[in-house]
Amino acid sequence: MPAVSKGDGMRGLAVFISDIRNCKSKEAEIKRINKELANIRSKFKGDKALDGYSKKKYVCKLLFIFLLGHDIDFGHMEAVNLLSSNKYTEKQIGYLFISVLVNSNSELIRLINNAIKNDLSSRNPTFMCLALHCIANVGSREMAEAFASEIPRILVAGDTMDSVKQSAALCLLRLYKTSPDLVLMGEWTSRVVHLLNDQHMGVVTAAISLITCLSQKNPDEFKTCVSLAVSRLSRIVSSASTDLQDYTYYFVPAPWLSCKLLRLLQCYPPPEDGAVKGRLVECLETILNKAQEPPKSKKVQHSNAKNAILFEAISLIIHYDSEPNLLVRACNQLGQFLQHRETNLRYLALESMCTLASSEFSHEAVKTHIETVINALKTERDVSVRQRAADLLYAMCDRSNAKQIVAEMLSYLETADYSIREEMVLKVAILAEKYAIDYSWYVDTILNLIRIAGDYVSEEVWYRVIQIVINRDDVQGYAAKTVFEALQAPACHENMVKVGGYILGEFGNLIAGDPRSSPLVQFNLLHSKFHLCSVPTRALLLSAYIKFINLFPETKATIQEVLRCDSQIRNSDVELQQRAVEYLKLSSIASTDVLATVLEEMPPFPERESSILAKLKKKKGPGAVSVTDLEDNKREGGELNGGGDRGPDTSAMAASNASTPSPSADLLGIRSAAPIGAAPTSAGSLLVDVFSEAGPAAPSAAVNDDGFLSSAPPSEDPAAPLSEADDLLNKFVCKNNGVLFENQLLQIGIKSEYRQNLGRMYLFYGNKTSVPFASFSTTVSCPGELQSQLNVQSKPVEPVVEGGAQIQQVLNIECLTDFSEAPLLNIKFRYGGALQNLTLKLPVTINKFFQPTEMASNDFFQRWKQLSQPQQEAQKIFKANHGMDTEVLKAKLLGLGMALLDNVDPNPENYVCAGVIQTKGQQVGCLLRLEPNAQAQMYRLTLRCSKDSVSRRLCELLAEQF
Amino acid sequence: MIKAILIFNNHGKPRLSKFYEHYTEDTEQQIIRETFHLVSKRDENVCNFLEGGMLIGGSDYKLIYRHYATLYFVFCVDSSESELGILDLIQVFVETLDKCFENVCELDLIFHVDKVHNILAEMVMGGMVLETNMNEIITQVDAQNKMEKAETFIFQSTRQDR
Repeated sequence: MPAVSKGDGMRGLAVFISDIRNCKSKEAEIKRINKELANIRSKFKGDKALDGYSKKKYVCKLLFIFLLGHDIDFGHMEAVNLLSSNKYTEKQIGYLFISVLVNSNSELIRLINNAIKNDLSSRNPTFMCLALHCIANVGSREMAEAFASEIPRILVAGDTMDSVKQSAALCLLRLYKTSPDLVLMGEWTSRVVHLLNDQHMGVVTAAISLITCLSQKNPDEFKTCVSLAVSRLSRIVSSASTDLQDYTYYFVPAPWLSCKLLRLLQCYPPPEDGAVKGRLVECLETILNKAQEPPKSKKVQHSNAKNAILFEAISLIIHYDSEPNLLVRACNQLGQFLQHRETNLRYLALESMCTLASSEFSHEAVKTHIETVINALKTERDVSVRQRAADLLYAMCDRSNAKQIVAEMLSYLETADYSIREEMVLKVAILAEKYAIDYSWYVDTILNLIRIAGDYVSEEVWYRVIQIVINRDDVQGYAAKTVFEALQAPACHENMVKVGGYILGEFGNLIAGDPRSSPLVQFNLLHSKFHLCSVPTRALLLSAYIKFINLFPETKATIQEVLRCDSQIRNSDVELQQRAVEYLKLSSIASTDVLATVLEEMPPFPERESSILAKLKKKKGPGAVSVTDLEDNKREGGELNGGGDRGPDTSAMAASNASTPSPSADLLGIRSAAPIGAAPTSAGSLLVDVFSEAGPAAPSAAVNDDGFLSSAPPSEDPAAPLSEADDLLNKFVCKNNGVLFENQLLQIGIKSEYRQNLGRMYLFYGNKTSVPFASFSTTVSCPGELQSQLNVQSKPVEPVVEGGAQIQQVLNIECLTDFSEAPLLNIKFRYGGALQNLTLKLPVTINKFFQPTEMASNDFFQRWKQLSQPQQEAQKIFKANHGMDTEVLKAKLLGLGMALLDNVDPNPENYVCAGVIQTKGQQVGCLLRLEPNAQAQMYRLTLRCSKDSVSRRLCELLAEQF
Repeated sequence: MIKAILIFNNHGKPRLSKFYEHYTEDTEQQIIRETFHLVSKRDENVCNFLEGGMLIGGSDYKLIYRHYATLYFVFCVDSSESELGILDLIQVFVETLDKCFENVCELDLIFHVDKVHNILAEMVMGGMVLETNMNEIITQVDAQNKMEKAETFIFQSTRQDR
């Protein structure tokens, strides 16, 4: 037998690996692996007890097999056994196997925890480190439960070895990340912060990650770290390159630690203490100065390390945004890097400059680099760098340079990588709108956008140009002329046809005076594109045609001819056929006046936040590309009428045929929506539920006994419902749309639709101020038993609501069974730093799920009698609150959702209604009788329902309405 | 935080994969493939940073990589890490491997996966950096080797080993 080479070789392992490497094909490899797996399995299962060495060898083989991408479903027990070995090598391989292969859900955790416990108390630093590593790698909750109290003790104990301290710090960090509620720092806080002063740089390196994370979560408790970090940084920065010995990396003293210290400082505002601040500014200046010194080495590692610190220092300067002097120096430094031969530095400089551009002190300084950045956009070989350049151009754009930047971005679009085109298009569209002084430039830009990158122009973009043209009469003529010219191109993008069709349909008359663009020429031009277009575009064109008939009576005959041909009125597409038939009919029977009214010019769209901006924000701010949820967004934009977002086509349709069930007229779209039955109750809403039951006065500790919640600032909990929440709710019993809530900051509007047991509610959150709301979030919860009665699903909202802007949220509601409580809507956001927290009741009441039922007098009374059990009836006599006007009463009763039955009650003064409440589980028949007594200004309200709880609830609700 | 550390060769064969967040085995393999696909198609001399693949978290994460001879060293990190700092860390890792294996090459990583894991564990723990000082790391690794040797000589003299 050969001697073991280097003392660590395992021949069997080496042979196996060589075998695998010699395999000629994937099949051979799999075969060899399966053979080995069988061999190992039989060894593990065999009667002969394996010695530690063999176990180690087999576990190593399994690791290798795993790395090749094969599942390993055994060997875990053997690895756990290795943990309790006294031999280092065996213990170590056991831990390795577990950290690579065992996830936090494993059933073996308890056994592993036992081994870890032994090793932690062994006082053998090597074993302790292995155990700490294992905890940090697996990081399960069970481990946190077992060790969260032990680790801080190890971390701060005086006699702990440095290497163990390092491991303990990161181990604790991992546990804090996975189970913050179990790691209670309290008494340890100050000792942990003081690790920043530790003599051993390795300990500081590990500890600073822990402190940074804890500071982010509890800034106040850890704020003493600021002065300690500054003094540590200052000592490093001012040290000679030899002072720190091994922590000097290519002549740069402790670069990693410097970066981390600068990062830690970015968790806090500038130090208030003048001396500390002075010292820090000095450090930052030294770092900036060093950048100008000649390099101490030509190695790239030297400049890397130096620049790593420099970039972090610049980030800190930008974060403080309070030292104009430093900001300008930072900007100049970045400017140098923009032209550096190292691609990495150019990339990072572009990225940092993007944040710098938003500072008022340095915006102008950033703008001076425009030519360099444009050049980068044109010439960089690396798409990641080009993308950063495009981001920076977007960030540095203002009124003074918008035309130049937009032109450059447009010309870049022609060659841009496919991966970033959509985002580029959005950015161009936003800049063009934001900085447009003359709107003809805007129209030109968007049409160019469609011409160059039509495929990447989303609906939002072309909706928006139409909205703007409709709202500004100074540009309508120009727009009509320009689209007319653009449509002359033999091949133009379908989006161009849409915009063209829409604009000519509305404003074609403005250019009709010129014989070269006479009505018939316009029509023929549009119609020449018709057959190449998709169904939605054709539908839009048909609407444009009927508008033409109104604008230009002389085209009527031609257009009717077109509508009448088989390919239109017998089109296989229902939507197209319907439009053709209806428009044809409309044009032949309606008088000119009627036509003029029905097909009137579109009214201006209400101004609100650009939908394009919202879409770009969805893409996670400047620089990020990810296309998710956009489909939804688009669809809603088209369906949800009434706002500025509406698709132009839908509105044209709505004008012409409000009663026909076309897809776009289906406001709800509930039928096609995904089933809402899935369990929506997230942990978050559970928490809220508990709160709303406990009430605001109950101590939060009672809610969750692990104490995490009680340490959170109380204001973060959802507030108790407003005192007027019930009144607000009552306003909506008989109506579905309106303003739910309004104060100086915020307005919340509601639109809702119900069908059978389903509903959809649109919430509009309007920022009434000029300051953005930050960290905007909303939570909908169903308190108590409502949870099992009503299913409410909401989509998350944008975290920022810009000043003056409005955002929208959609809720899907499903009624499972009858209910009495209302769901709660909690809204939180920061306004100028102060947390705003309010809770409202969502006006979802049982009557929303009414289906009206018409019936004759005798039917009504027959059923009335059937519902004669005492608990089925609820009755209330109350004073009129709102006057007793007949029409108002009728409107309210209709709004209630029941059918208002005439000629049923023998007394014509009385009102009777009938309806069926649709829930998922059952239908509840309801009859209502309201008897006004005008003399006494009183009502008697009687409800009889097939379910007694419904009678009571309806009676309660309605008594507030009259 | 470092989310994953991957080493693969020019053909995409994984030589080390260490994930600091839990994924299923399948996803891990897909991430390795996706990352290789993203990194390998890049020219030399372009920048060392790029947005992560969709599986590993997309644009919230950056891939920071270096290409040495036949091997790619890729770190997937979130925005809390300094890009250049991580590049230096990769360099420290490689220099450490080079010292421990005396002129490290791909074969060393293949035949000593466990060693490579142990060396890495002295640098990075639970996704956070434990130590950046190469001498300190090597001291720890040497100490382990000594213990290992001592045990090997005591417990394992000659044996039939297959």
